[in-house]
Amino acid sequence: MDIGWYLTVSALIFAIGAAGVLTRRSPLVILLCIELMLNAANLALIAFARMHGDPDGQIFAIIVMVVAACEVTIGLGIIVAMHRRRLPINVDELRELQG
Amino acid sequence: MTSLKLFAWVTLLAPLAGTIALGLLGRRLTGRAPGYLGTAALAVSFASAIAALFALQDLAEDERQVVAVAWDYASTVGVDAQLSLLVDPLSVFMMLIVAGVSMLIHLYSISYMASDRGYTRFFAYLNFFVFSMLLLVLAGNFLVLIIGWAFVGAASYLLISFWYRRATATRAGIKAFVINVLGDVGLVLGTFFIFRHTGTLDFLGTFERAGEAFAGNSADLTAGLILVLVGAFAKSAQIPLHTWLPDAMEGPTPVSALIHAATMVTAGVYLIARMHPLFELAPTAADVGAVIGCLTLLVAGTIAIAVTDLKRVIAYSTMSQIGYMIMGVSAGAYAAGLFHLMTHAFFKALLFMAAGSVIAAMAGQQNLDRMGGFRRAMPFTFGCMLIGGLALAAVPPFSGFFSKDEIMLLVGDRGGWYWILYVAGYVGALLTGVYAFRMIFRAFLGEPVAEARELEQGHLHHAEVHTNPATGEEEDSDVGFPGAEHHIAEREPTMKIAMGVLALLAIFGGLVQVPHVTHVVDGFLEPTFHDSALYERHPSDSLISLGVVLGTVAGVLGIAIAYLVWVRNPGLSGRVRERLAALHKLFVNKWFFDELIDALVVRPSRWFGSFAQQTFERVVVNGVLVGGTTGVVKAGSSAVRAAQTGFLRYYAALVVVGMVLMAFYFLVST
Repeated sequence: MDIGWYLTVSALIFAIGAAGVLTRRSPLVILLCIELMLNAANLALIAFARMHGDPDGQIFAIIVMVVAACEVTIGLGIIVAMHRRRLPINVDELRELQG
Repeated sequence: MTSLKLFAWVTLLAPLAGTIALGLLGRRLTGRAPGYLGTAALAVSFASAIAALFALQDLAEDERQVVAVAWDYASTVGVDAQLSLLVDPLSVFMMLIVAGVSMLIHLYSISYMASDRGYTRFFAYLNFFVFSMLLLVLAGNFLVLIIGWAFVGAASYLLISFWYRRATATRAGIKAFVINVLGDVGLVLGTFFIFRHTGTLDFLGTFERAGEAFAGNSADLTAGLILVLVGAFAKSAQIPLHTWLPDAMEGPTPVSALIHAATMVTAGVYLIARMHPLFELAPTAADVGAVIGCLTLLVAGTIAIAVTDLKRVIAYSTMSQIGYMIMGVSAGAYAAGLFHLMTHAFFKALLFMAAGSVIAAMAGQQNLDRMGGFRRAMPFTFGCMLIGGLALAAVPPFSGFFSKDEIMLLVGDRGGWYWILYVAGYVGALLTGVYAFRMIFRAFLGEPVAEARELEQGHLHHAEVHTNPATGEEEDSDVGFPGAEHHIAEREPTMKIAMGVLALLAIFGGLVQVPHVTHVVDGFLEPTFHDSALYERHPSDSLISLGVVLGTVAGVLGIAIAYLVWVRNPGLSGRVRERLAALHKLFVNKWFFDELIDALVVRPSRWFGSFAQQTFERVVVNGVLVGGTTGVVKAGSSAVRAAQTGFLRYYAALVVVGMVLMAFYFLVST
């Protein structure tokens, strides 16, 4: 199949993830959308790896998944801390760090 | 030659060592020890000056201008600044006078200042002053001269405001210092004018090059010398920079004797004598000096017959006599002017010392109106004051007669319009006789006042409440105010010795330069002035005789007038004062110079100062410059701060937008 299809799907998923990050208020959902964007990138990487017959892309995709996992751990840890302090779980209301 | 240089250095540095020793050891010395230490330093200095005199006379006549260099300050392109001393007859002459008279005044002060809490400080300052003055007269180039000049001004300030808790004293000190600084500016600018053409700061070098550097009647040289004269006038209290001298009488009497009679105020005379080759190349500047000297001697003489403060009469007398000296050296009578400097140092210091004794007997009171009849109570002081007065009034054979006579002789010999100065000089001599003996008759003759009667019984008057003699404010006798005890000459041997020596010098000091008989001063100073066109002058015998007669008549007539007005007809002075009320007002108010300077200089300066503070500082500097810069920075940063909203989605949106733009850029650019 043409590489273009895979890239289109990847782009669509990325756009949906980006739109989610920009519009959703809950940090948990924003983390999910970030995951979406990361996976879209993974898809593109694997598609190119298949196209060139080069395993490098697949290895890089696994590394990206590891990074995503670590980052989600930390992100969820922050959300649990926010919940523990009874802070509103709403990125719009958490804006004290401003100029 | 090396021993001469050594003696010169020892003379210069002994007082400095004295100051440092007194400064460091001061606390540990008790009683009168600081006084003896200070006087010892001066004694070493004087002895060394005498040794220098002998060493100088050992040299051949044409080798008597020796330069002693310590080190180079800066050998940069074009400027030869060294710490150099010029030891020649003129500087040795001044050295002897300064060291000698200072030593006697130190001796006097040992007793006079004995009960003052600032005793050590006094001697430290006095030694520092002598060091500065010696530096000034020994200077071998303009740089060291300016340094000495400035130090002398600073020492004068320290000593005038010695009783620093007295408001009048500190104000007087500031006034003296400010006017002296004005003179310093003139001196430095004048030096620059001269240096620009000659290219050297060294005195001997400048004088050698002066001929070609200032060909013709150079305007630059005249301007430069007039600026130098500003310096001389400020230091020597000539019109119009004289207003500090009477106020400087706020300092203790030994200070007045030393600084404002014998040494500091004579620095201007020394300066003109030292720069004589330059003055002879610019006769206009010399004429300015002569005219101002003449004006001063007349104005000061008129004021002296009207003021009532004892020390101020003597201060105006000093101003007047320095006017003679300045007139003399400007007219080319160098030896005569310096001779008068010497005799004046003797009799003026003597007069101040005697005045100090009288003021002590009056427990600090200085007003002539309150004094009278001390003749029986203080015979020694009366004798000294009488000798000083006769010398001042230039009655032969006292020293003042010969020196003043010599100046007038040479001024008259110049001819032309100098005859006006000649006449004015003798009018001044008449006034001198009047005010000198007015002072003496009022203080010593007549009915004894209460203090004098007390003293005749053997009890020195002691004020229960110490007051400022000028304003009557109450004071205590702690540090910063005069001491509780007063010391008169009759009871203190050191004061007697000092005054006795000066009295002898005032009587016999003139015999070194009697016309046609002795030429000690002339001959001694010859090597310094051998390049002068005006030095070797031989006035006619008729002029000499005329001078002798006029001088004697003027002095004796002055004394006679004073006797008639203040002794024979006691009410006469009051009646004259009423008849000539306007004139009296002019004289008593010192010709309104203080008010004039206040209106011309002080008020505009104050206005400028308040303008600078209220308007310029507040509006321009604080408002526009400082406020404007901070305002701009604040506005800029608040604009930038608006981007920090704290809103997470806003930041995420910016990231996305940036990414999209970058992608577009790469797409478009291919």
